[in-house]
Amino acid sequence: MTRRRVFTVAVQGLGGLAGAAVVLPVVGFAVAPLFERGEERWSPVGPTDDFNAETYRAVVLTETPGIGEVGKTTAYVRQGVEKLGEDPQGYIAISTRCAHAGCPVRFVSAAGNFICPCHGGVYDFEGRRIGGPPVRPLDRFQTRVRGGRVELGPRYSVTSQLEPVRARDPGEFTGGIWEYLYPPRPTTFPPPE
Amino acid sequence: MKLPIPAALRRPAKPGEGEGGNGPAPANLKDAPPRPAEGPGAAETAKEAGIDVVGWVDQRTGASGFLTGILYRKVPKGTNWFYTLGSATLFAFTIQAITGVFLAMYYTPSPTEAYGSITHLTNDVFLGEFVRGMHKWGASVMIILIFLHMARTFFFGAYKYPRELNWVIGVVLLILTLVMGLTGYLLPFDQRSFWATIVASNITASGPVVGPYLADFLRAGPDFSATTLARFYALHMLLIPGAIIALIGAHLYLVVKLGTTAPPWLRAEKPKPATPVVEVTAGTDGGGDGARGR
Repeated sequence: MTRRRVFTVAVQGLGGLAGAAVVLPVVGFAVAPLFERGEERWSPVGPTDDFNAETYRAVVLTETPGIGEVGKTTAYVRQGVEKLGEDPQGYIAISTRCAHAGCPVRFVSAAGNFICPCHGGVYDFEGRRIGGPPVRPLDRFQTRVRGGRVELGPRYSVTSQLEPVRARDPGEFTGGIWEYLYPPRPTTFPPPE
Repeated sequence: MKLPIPAALRRPAKPGEGEGGNGPAPANLKDAPPRPAEGPGAAETAKEAGIDVVGWVDQRTGASGFLTGILYRKVPKGTNWFYTLGSATLFAFTIQAITGVFLAMYYTPSPTEAYGSITHLTNDVFLGEFVRGMHKWGASVMIILIFLHMARTFFFGAYKYPRELNWVIGVVLLILTLVMGLTGYLLPFDQRSFWATIVASNITASGPVVGPYLADFLRAGPDFSATTLARFYALHMLLIPGAIIALIGAHLYLVVKLGTTAPPWLRAEKPKPATPVVEVTAGTDGGGDGARGR
């Protein structure tokens, strides 16, 4: 190796190092939110007497604080039904975010179904897809009772068998091989047991 | 063809070249300077001043050679109005850049204030609606022009060797312009732009394996948040325009370097042989073989 070659490589190496010293922190700065999980929020939505096992009641909760109205979302809450294998003391909170493209679904009590106005997605009483383009059942929120009030916690998704998994965005399948094709993200909360 | 370049811009002759040669010294070295009374009048001096400034800059930068090279380059026969679509797109981008800079003076990229700042600049600021309108409608115009320009390039076969790289750069520019449309759509922060962005990030997330992470990158988190708007704003007015400007530079460099193509309906001219073809026929006067032997 000649002296000239050594200096060429050294100068190029130093230049690359200086470039990396600027670019890498900046890229990390922009990518960091992919690995950060927000604070776990629990929103009280009403006393336990407000909810029964026969039908849903719509509640509004703040999912993302600090951005005004757009941080709010709607959920449908009811008491657990023993016949469906649920804890009768527990509460079920179904997200209104359609699993197809994210439009807000509405619970139609006459039909006992959730219906999406955008592309005709239909879900049954438990939120399972029974028609239209959605790829999985409706998402849910974790629930708990504190001081006689029902509180809603982090969002989670479910498989077609209603097994809880980490929250997915609309349009992503869940369960089986889909758990690898749409991997869980570090920004989401672990599903309840 | 001799180009009409003002005297001040012409490159001075090298020593020993030009009119003088080794002959008598140039006139301006020989003659005594004119007396003030005989010199050019004030009006004439003022007229010359502009050219003198241009000449001064040009002597130090050589810009005139560069500019005449670009502006007076040869174009093929049959060049027509379709060839202006690229320049029109560049003009549309320039309008977006200029109006965008001035819109940024009134816009606040915060979820609670963005909509208010937009209504303020539209309704209260002098000519605000006009400047915003230029930016809004200009965005659609630019996308339409890009597709027309692309169609011209495609149907004229102008993407073929040696211009493939310029086609590739153009496609990247198209994608970046569409990303500009996507990120700009959120900024007014009304119901339509909010939900359009939700749908866009959901579509991004539905791509397998990398989709969910890409969506998280776009939103800066698992859900739409305060950071999302700031992120879209930074992409829209800093990162992507920078990339577009750099790529437009490369695009234009290749256009000037490679030249444009003639329209396909023009037949290529047969290359003229370097020397005239001489018809050699065997004569009856015995000139053929007999002449060589002589």
